[in-house]
Amino acid sequence: MIEMFQEWYENRHEYAKYWKDKTGGKVLGYFCTYVPEEICYAAGVLPVRILGSHEPQDVTEPHIFAMYCPFCRDCLAQGLEGKFDYLDGITIAQSCLHVRQAYTSWEMHVPTPWSYYLPMPHNVQSPRAVPYLVEELKSFKTALEDWTGKKITDDDLRRGIEIVNKDRQLMKQVYELRKREEPPLSGLESMYMVVASQMTDKEEHARIVEETLKELQNRTLGRPVGERLMILGSEDDDHEFVEMVESCGSTFVIDDHCTGTRYFWDAVSLDGGDPLTAIATRYVNRVPCPTKDWPIRTRTAHILSLAKDWDASGAVILQQKFCDPHELDIPAIKSALEEQGLTTLFLELDVTVPIGQFKTRVEAFLEILQEEDLF
Amino acid sequence: MAKYKTAPLKSWERAKEIRADYYRNYEAAHEKGGLRWAGGAWTFDAVPAGLGDDVYPITSEPYGATIAFQKDFSDRCLEAAERAGYARDLCAYMRNYWGSIILNEYGWVDPGEERKPFPKPDFIWQDHICCSHAKWYQVVSDLEGGIPEYCVDVSVGPYEKTTEHGIDYVVGQLSDGIDWLEKVTGRKYDDEKLIKAVYNTCRAESTWAEICMLNQAVPAPLEEKTMYSLYVLGTLQKSSQAVADYYDELKAEVQDRVANGIAAVENEHARVMTDTQPPWGFLRVFRYMAEKYGCVSVGSLYTFALIGNWIWKDGKFVPRPTPQSLGVEIKDRDQALRVLVEWELSKPEWQHFYHPKYKSDMMIQIAKDWKLNGVMLHYNRGCEGLSLGIAENRLAILDAGFPVMVFEGNMGDEREFDEGRTMARIDSFMESLGVPKLA
Repeated sequence: MIEMFQEWYENRHEYAKYWKDKTGGKVLGYFCTYVPEEICYAAGVLPVRILGSHEPQDVTEPHIFAMYCPFCRDCLAQGLEGKFDYLDGITIAQSCLHVRQAYTSWEMHVPTPWSYYLPMPHNVQSPRAVPYLVEELKSFKTALEDWTGKKITDDDLRRGIEIVNKDRQLMKQVYELRKREEPPLSGLESMYMVVASQMTDKEEHARIVEETLKELQNRTLGRPVGERLMILGSEDDDHEFVEMVESCGSTFVIDDHCTGTRYFWDAVSLDGGDPLTAIATRYVNRVPCPTKDWPIRTRTAHILSLAKDWDASGAVILQQKFCDPHELDIPAIKSALEEQGLTTLFLELDVTVPIGQFKTRVEAFLEILQEEDLF
Repeated sequence: MAKYKTAPLKSWERAKEIRADYYRNYEAAHEKGGLRWAGGAWTFDAVPAGLGDDVYPITSEPYGATIAFQKDFSDRCLEAAERAGYARDLCAYMRNYWGSIILNEYGWVDPGEERKPFPKPDFIWQDHICCSHAKWYQVVSDLEGGIPEYCVDVSVGPYEKTTEHGIDYVVGQLSDGIDWLEKVTGRKYDDEKLIKAVYNTCRAESTWAEICMLNQAVPAPLEEKTMYSLYVLGTLQKSSQAVADYYDELKAEVQDRVANGIAAVENEHARVMTDTQPPWGFLRVFRYMAEKYGCVSVGSLYTFALIGNWIWKDGKFVPRPTPQSLGVEIKDRDQALRVLVEWELSKPEWQHFYHPKYKSDMMIQIAKDWKLNGVMLHYNRGCEGLSLGIAENRLAILDAGFPVMVFEGNMGDEREFDEGRTMARIDSFMESLGVPKLA
């Protein structure tokens, strides 16, 4: 059953097209995990995250200056190359400047019937953020209603919240299992599970996660766990890299990525109140992207707590090349992890990674960890 | 024989004096029982003005540029920041600033004096629209062992789509910020000083735009290299009486230059504009264009509108009239904050953060009304905020029929600017524009 997630990840476009044919619904491409998927589900729209393909491309140079991150250029390339030609609309919730350019250039150069820019507040530590976002979510809801021709009721919103929350809760159960001394799934499998949830119908995804959870109860990796690692940093769905690290005698047991825990960690707490306020509260209070983690760097304590609870001995810190928000946090986070006794390895990602060179560095890193285990 | 008469600016020394006083006052604030604060060039500096007349700011971007101009010191600052673990592709102003803290050396040095230690700010008062703004000061606080930081998010969408709840969000943060300022400084807040500072802000920003409008004249009364030294006053302290008064004085002088046909470049044959911050250590590029080709850079959206405030009116890009000129009388704190926020949200250089089309439209209109032969875009590796969307701006300006030259560099890191290659590009561009070298 767990193989299904990889299959969805690898066949994301076929999945979305099939979903459209089957349901007659609209598919909405989104650029950042701050987009409130609950409202999309309430509208009967399938939100799918636009990610890159990790293939060299030559189409974005006229549109995005090369000093912006490879991820945003890889995302735009997907649009310019027509790989998301089935999308009925695109949207972004305000986050970093880099991915915003993928969105604006896509809007200008890739014909898409509908587009929406959601000014998600940055000052999430201000008490003013939730009231502001509630008003913005009302506008987003109205725009979706106009687009789909369907009124979104509070009951629809509650249903949307339940759908997304259920998947979040199940994914947290999966992550709980990774605390075991013998985790039943690898970091790669876990990554496929999370990323697949960003590109598939969450009700269907949740059904397969439920089945997978049963399988995982008595499953083992079938290989030594090796060093227990945390992986954190910029967007990362580089399966080749994750697979390589785990093939060198280690297992990723926890992460802090927007293709991992940051995406699903926090649920909407409804408690019978106004659904839009509940959704706004969730997105303001979620584990933040570094773009929004100020003036207090709250993510550091969260990362330390994950590393401790999942018993990681080392951390691989990944950063998309030129990713300013993460570059601004990494020295502080690296230092905090090391103070907590974790050895760290910093690597910079591009669209494709030099697996051979990285492998040498990863092996050296794991040797350091193994020496620490010995002495 | 020169085509036009030219003359130095009479108010030049006054501009230099304001800038020197600014850095000296910040450094010496504690000696006078005053306070120091740090924040960006776009921060709402009118708000801390309510703490008293002895509260002195240092704004981050001009400070980073001041360091960049001192290339040897800048190199040491950049290397210090890199040694501390900060990536070299981060904002160059930020790295210069952090390096100055790490080295504990102040970027401002009076002639004949030794470099002084970096004067630590008492608090941080920043705004945030670029990914780096608030986080810049997180690191400053880290490096200084903790400084109280307050930061205001202004990212509420483009001005043409401004909403009441967007204004409420920003005003609410400022209002909370005043409580925070009182708590952090132990001072009682003076609303009258705030109101005066808001008026000054609007006056300074509108007047600077009016000065830039005068550069539509042929010959241009100002060229961009000089304008850098003038607009910068607004980036230092746009809410100050001295800056607003100086811009009034400067406007009168530039009007006089236009009336008397006094040119910035005596052999003006071609007109261009640039974009984003220049490579500060290499401003001789502008002199090269003027002396070799009689090409004047009349400014840029950057010099016009980083501080200048403009609006669209009847299809033209024109200075925004101040609220006071429209009869608005500010009576209390809440109104002052609302007027200030509504005013600043229209700042042209904030619009492209939402979509490059806003910047393209403004640049194309400038190219038309300032009678340009071409456009030189600085693909600035040093600033992710102002280089945002620049490639799309290039395509749009080309589509509008204006020749475009791009050159890559870095406003604050000389290691990323190839002067020889840029000069060669300029030669090629001038040739393509049909502008011959002056005999």
